[in-house]
Order: sequence, then structure tokens, then C-alpha cells
Amino acid sequence: MKKNALFLPLACGLLLLAGVLMSQTKKPATAGPQASITRGKQVYHDQCLACHMADGLGVQGMNPPLVKTKFVLGDKVTLVKIVLNGMTGIEVEGDDYHGVMAPHADLTDQQIADVLTYVRNSFGNKAKAVTAAEVKAIRAKNAPAH
Amino acid sequence: MQTFINKPKIISRRSLCLLTGLFITVLTANAQLKLPAGFSAVTVVEAFGRTRHIAVAANGAIFVKLSKLKDGKGIYRLQDTNGDGKADKVTGFGSFAGTGMAISNGYLYASSDEEVFRFKLDGDNNVVSDKPEKIVTGLLSRHEHEAKAIALNDKGDLFVNIGAYSNACQLQDRTKGSPGDKPCKILDSAGGIWLFKADQPNQTYGTGTRYATGLRNVVGLDWNKATNSLFVMQHGRDQLHDLYPDMWDTKQSAELPAECMYELHQGSNCGWPYIFYDQIQHKKILAPEYGGDGKKTAGEDAQDPVVAFPGHLGPNGLLFYTGSQFPEKYKNGAFIAFHGSWNRAPEPQKGYFVVFQPFKDGKPSGDWEVFADNFSGGPEKTASGRVDYRPCGLAQGPDGSIYVTDDTKGTIWKISYKK
Repeated sequence: MKKNALFLPLACGLLLLAGVLMSQTKKPATAGPQASITRGKQVYHDQCLACHMADGLGVQGMNPPLVKTKFVLGDKVTLVKIVLNGMTGIEVEGDDYHGVMAPHADLTDQQIADVLTYVRNSFGNKAKAVTAAEVKAIRAKNAPAH
Repeated sequence: MQTFINKPKIISRRSLCLLTGLFITVLTANAQLKLPAGFSAVTVVEAFGRTRHIAVAANGAIFVKLSKLKDGKGIYRLQDTNGDGKADKVTGFGSFAGTGMAISNGYLYASSDEEVFRFKLDGDNNVVSDKPEKIVTGLLSRHEHEAKAIALNDKGDLFVNIGAYSNACQLQDRTKGSPGDKPCKILDSAGGIWLFKADQPNQTYGTGTRYATGLRNVVGLDWNKATNSLFVMQHGRDQLHDLYPDMWDTKQSAELPAECMYELHQGSNCGWPYIFYDQIQHKKILAPEYGGDGKKTAGEDAQDPVVAFPGHLGPNGLLFYTGSQFPEKYKNGAFIAFHGSWNRAPEPQKGYFVVFQPFKDGKPSGDWEVFADNFSGGPEKTASGRVDYRPCGLAQGPDGSIYVTDDTKGTIWKISYKK
């Protein structure tokens, strides 16, 4: 017990130190999924957080959670179309959500790819990245809302 | 510590932990609320489901409306037969989900998101039949602001909120750059309080009348017996910053606009969507969707609120206290259950409490105060919005105690006063 009590903070301290050293030596990524996630976090903050909240869990009865649902982790086409076209009313895991999501077609292909890659790899989610090329292809086939 | 743990004991410790856990849960829910000196709370039920509005009969029988069916039932009758405050007799009926719940003239009224029903009550306040009479039908429910909150008076009037299926009547709802619809067509069939007769079956828009307009959404409403008039709590508009970041920063957008209390009369107009009430400037401000810049005033024909609360707190319950159990200052004053905010993000969330607004001679008198607090479970939970409980419905019992529902877990508290 005593040993453990000493070991734990020591181990945490070492890990923290290693982390600090690594972050100092590591160059910021500009390409690849990690960079996309980093950019996506900012898009999420500006465009999504007000309704889906900082932890992605949404608001009961209004704005659906983005955590571990088929809408987020499943088919990319459906997911990209939700961002492009918006949506109203959805049932997730047996609970109804009545909030209205505006279309976000004004975001660039890259911004949509970034924010979806961020959401698919945050809040405990783990799913493949969405690329700008994929968004471009889906947008081209997407029936315009007006 | 380590040495005490061995296989057979783990099992007994686990069950002990479970038992203690249960005990603590019960204790915490009971002791959760922070109340003024002399007041105490007991939980009537816990983990009951999505308990919304609540009504208490003259013999103490409690009726609660659920927004999600529980074992196929949308209304539950709860009775405390041994006087400990806890419900020990529970019966469900009504196969529809919804919010509205009220008792009037020997009937229990309940609403779905499209209709209002009533059930006849017998001498013991049991429903005579679980087949209700349909009083109002065909009301608009388009996802947003769908709850049809109701209130009745003893003159046979049934008031029904029909919330606007929109935030600010933009041509494209909640979409940056989309202008306001001029005139706002939503107001023809929603965004107000409609008046129906309490005892006539199958009424529709055609047979009802629009009692008050320009109300975005009302969930908390109550007939004030001292003034003989209807009071409502409006849910103010969202997203000033999201839609107009150049005019309002996130801090201003978290506070604005006010959550307003209005006193209504036939023909009242509260101004939505053209204006909103800015409680900091104390002015009716032209909505940005209609050319406003955050300073221009408008809505000369719209009435002023009688009380303006901070933004986005979500007033879901309103109750004028007519009992004698509580100290004198509470008599004829208003309790308001604030469900708690979501549209303050990224700023800290707020609310999740029951407020008391003193009244004198039918007018608000003095500042409002937080009456029951800590539904959230602490300041950090309040700030994040990931709270333990969210207050929703309010009702007064025959002994002068009041009841508060929570619609996240389904806890109902009975709050009483003892000198």
C-alpha cells in the first residue's frame, strides 16, 4: 500500500515530464489525420459547440449527442449530408431530439472534413477520418436544398 | 487495507457496497436541495422517468405527466398512504407522452404534443376510466417547442401554449444570414396562447381563439387567483452570438435576451419575433433578423414583461402560492422552476433552480431570490450543464407543501415548511 502510494505520483510525474519533453521536440503536424483533428477542433468550437456542447453529449430532448452513435461513427455520406443540409428531429438510442440544425453548406470541404474527423475521434469516438475529397464528391451529388 | 481483501469477503463487501450505495443515493436525492431555513424536502419518487408537469388533488393524490412512456403509460397517479411523503401506491394510465397536467372541476387534464385530453375523477380522485375525452385536437407540433403546456381557471377556460416551431422566425430557422419572415406567418397558428372551452370535445384551431400572441414558447404558466389573470414565462430566443457575432459576443449572448414573465389578457402581444427584451438596457430591442443592431428599440405595441430574468434559464414551471403552510411572504407570490440553460455555451451554464418572486397587490414586489438550489449537484456541474437533476414542473399540495419534478431522472420532491 505504502509502496503504491509513493509509486503512483512518481510514475505520473515521469509520464508528465516525458510528455512535456515530447511536445517540445515534436513539430506541429500540418498534414494527416492529426492535423485535421486539430483544425477540426476549432471548427467544432465555432460551429457546433453551442448546441452539441464541449463534451459532445448534446442537450436532452433538444440537440442529439455525438458520442458513440451510428450517425457519427457510421456511413460517411449520411454524416456529411447532415452537415451540408442540416436536420430536424431525430431519435438516438430511443430518445427523441427536437432541436433544429441549420445547413452548414457554407463551410469548405476541408472544414467539413476536419470537423467530422475531429468528432469521429473525440469524446471517446474512434472512426476513420473524413477527407476533403470525400466531402467534395458527396457535395457534388447532394441535391441542393433550394 | 490490502490484507483484509480475500475472495469470500469480496462478495459480501460488494453487496454491502451496493446496499450502502443505494442508501446513499436515497439520502443524496433527499438531501440534495438547498432550501431556506425551516424548509425541508423529501423525495416522493426517484428514477421514475421523464416527469414533466404535475398536479395534486384535494386529497393529496399526485398526477404526473411523462414526456416518454414508462411501461406504456404516460400519466402516473402517485399516492402516499402512510404520511411519510413517499409514494407507496403507484398506478399508470394514458398511452400518450407529453407535458401538460392540470386538475380542474373534477377532471384531470393532460396534453400530448398535438392534443388535450381529460379524465373524469371520482370521489377519491381516481380516474373513472382510462379512456379519456378528447378536448382539443390537431395542434401544430413541428419538433421545436412542441410541448403543449396547459392552465385552467374556474370559469371553464382552458389555456394552451402553442410554441413557435422556430427560434426567431427566420426564413431558414437558426441559419446565419437568413432574414426574418415579414410578417411572421408562424404567428397564425403558433407562437402564442390559445383559449378553448374546458368541457367541449374535439375543439380545433377553428373553434378556439388566439388569446395572446408574440410568445416564442411558454412551458410554465399559471392562473393567478389573486389577479384573476393568466401569467406565463416565455423562453426567450437563442443564438444572438451564433447568428450575429458582430453584434453580440459570447458573454452578452449568454445573458440576453431576458426570460420574461408576462401577465396576459385577451389580445396580449408580447412581441416575438420582432423584438426581444434586453434586461440590461431595460428596453424592447428590435430583433437583428428584422434590422436590429442591438440598440434600436421597437415593439411599441408589445407589452413589457412584469419580471425579466437572466437569459436562457429555461422557465418550465410557474406556480402562484396560495397555501398557508409557508411564511406570510410567500402568499400569492410566484415560484418558477428554471430547467437550466444550454444556450450559454461556451460560457458557463446557469439555472437548475427554483426561484421565488414576491408579489404584492397582484404586482411583483421586490427582487426574486433562489428558493431551492443545488438540483445540479454543485457549481462545476452547473457550469458544464452535466447536472444531476433539472427542475420542470411545480404544484401545490392540499397541506400547502409544494412539489417539484425533475425530468432527467424522474425525481419528485415535496418541499414543506416547519417553524
